[in-house]
Amino acid sequence: MRPSHEKELAILATRARLLGLDAVYGCQSGHLGGSFSAMDVLTVLYRDVMRVDPKAPRDPDRDRFVLSKGHCTPALYPTLALRGFFPIDDLKQFRSIEGHMSGHAEMHHVAGVDMSTGSLGQGLSAAVGMALAGKLDRKKYRVYALTGDGELAEGQIWEAAMAAAKYKLDNLCAIVDVNGLQIDGRTADVMPTEPLDQKWAAFGWNVIRADGHDYAAIRAAFDAAAKAKGKPTVILAATVKGKGVSFMENDPGWHGKAPNSEQYEQARAELCARLAELEG
Amino acid sequence: MGKKIATRAAYGDAIVRLGAVDPDLVVLDADLSGSTMTKAFSKAYPDRFFNMGIAEADMAGVAAGLATCGKKPFYSSFAMFAAGRAWEQVRNSIAYPHLNVKVVGSHGGLSVGEDGATHQCIEDLAIMRAIPGMTVVCPCDAYETEKAVEALLAYDGPAYLRLGRGGVETVTDRVKGYRFRLGKGVCLRGGTDVTIVAAGMTVQMALAAAELLAKRGVSARVIDMHTIKPLDTAILKKAALETGAIVTTEEANVVGGLGGAVAEFLAENCPVPVVRHGVQDVFGRSGEASAVLKAYGITPEGIAKSAKKALKLKKG
Repeated sequence: MRPSHEKELAILATRARLLGLDAVYGCQSGHLGGSFSAMDVLTVLYRDVMRVDPKAPRDPDRDRFVLSKGHCTPALYPTLALRGFFPIDDLKQFRSIEGHMSGHAEMHHVAGVDMSTGSLGQGLSAAVGMALAGKLDRKKYRVYALTGDGELAEGQIWEAAMAAAKYKLDNLCAIVDVNGLQIDGRTADVMPTEPLDQKWAAFGWNVIRADGHDYAAIRAAFDAAAKAKGKPTVILAATVKGKGVSFMENDPGWHGKAPNSEQYEQARAELCARLAELEG
Repeated sequence: MGKKIATRAAYGDAIVRLGAVDPDLVVLDADLSGSTMTKAFSKAYPDRFFNMGIAEADMAGVAAGLATCGKKPFYSSFAMFAAGRAWEQVRNSIAYPHLNVKVVGSHGGLSVGEDGATHQCIEDLAIMRAIPGMTVVCPCDAYETEKAVEALLAYDGPAYLRLGRGGVETVTDRVKGYRFRLGKGVCLRGGTDVTIVAAGMTVQMALAAAELLAKRGVSARVIDMHTIKPLDTAILKKAALETGAIVTTEEANVVGGLGGAVAEFLAENCPVPVVRHGVQDVFGRSGEASAVLKAYGITPEGIAKSAKKALKLKKG
């Protein structure tokens, strides 16, 4: 990956983090920790990987994305806005009764959202259905689904994993945002889901491990996934919860908490400094 | 009396027939295709049939995903698992985004028989009905099932179809001017003293109960309320005003299903006595289907008894 492109992705992801921060601060609710851990993966996905057209969000041939960790709209909505699916200004309506920007991902009112999600463990099944439809119609589109690592405790994930392998869905790519934390603490303490590579491999998946904050590594993982034939691919993205804001990083307390004004100013200052550094 | 056919068998035939005319019709099952009768579809259209294994939650989600891509999925399992096990998936992945998925629960109610309480789903009508925007259909015989499947395939939205295990007499094919319309009840027999509102296999029982009541000088109207949601409130209001007493009957718990729906509407809009006949908030048990039904009073005599109660309430 060219350094200039890497920089472009970093700028996009930082801007998305700022927009997510503003949205959550504005309505004083929402999930920043898991959004920030997944932001770099989502940025690469929508900037470099997915074939989508913001002018034709329902194009039947488009690639699809399912946010199985449906609470991470402070990552998805800014990413979609920056990709041009809707005006950035719409993010001001995040979680507001007056607006259409639902707290969890909503497919009918937010342009670019391919599936309504929110209840954990369900998104991968929907992605399997999309991938099956693609195979049935001999379409070229690919389907992506992002789950959390804590989310993998949901049994339905593994039901879907079995189904994807059964139907050899090589048009499906799951990404696990392995940030190691969930609401109640460390995933290793709440309900250990590791060893993830062995689990997914045993379920018949092609497994790729990647640093979820290294743009070149993320891009390489998606490229490898697209080349894998005969089985679905999972990218185990090693990430840091709350990535990009020093006091949010690796703190499960920031799973679903809005910052107060002081915290907001500090977070904003850190992200703006990063942006200035990148753009400077 | 004609040959008895199970509504699940009529469903199996209908999807095979409709599969030929609608290439978007896809069918999913969870390892029960021999019982839910989707097996014939799987043989006729192997590319459009997905056996998801014993994983109903995933099956519901996969159906939702297929629907987002323009497919028209019908997924089948026993009512207990199609509606019960996967309830939250139906609610959040199918009904909330208003996706075009048909949830098909066969082996509904006590008439599952020998398998006993764990497989006798008596709550499906209530829990499916409680979901906003969900259509709930419970046809009474093979002919009505065939028409219901056609209507549901043509309807773009989430719906639950409840089917039965055992053979039932076909009665709707000889109803003059019968036309199946979602949300429209059918008056099968005129009457002036009391109205019996039935769905599923209790429709035939209600007709038999009306005969019993006629012998005792009671004129009972019988309405086949094949669509429990949206409820045909016009036919209900008319019946309440004209007969002044209502009995609901269903092979399900009286809490929240057909009886609940009818009682809610009439209490708020046209209060008349409503007696809810059905399973009285208890679990079923093992036994031959007709013996189980008899043990729980799901019989024409049981319905006639409820009608007598309604008449008594009406007289005050």
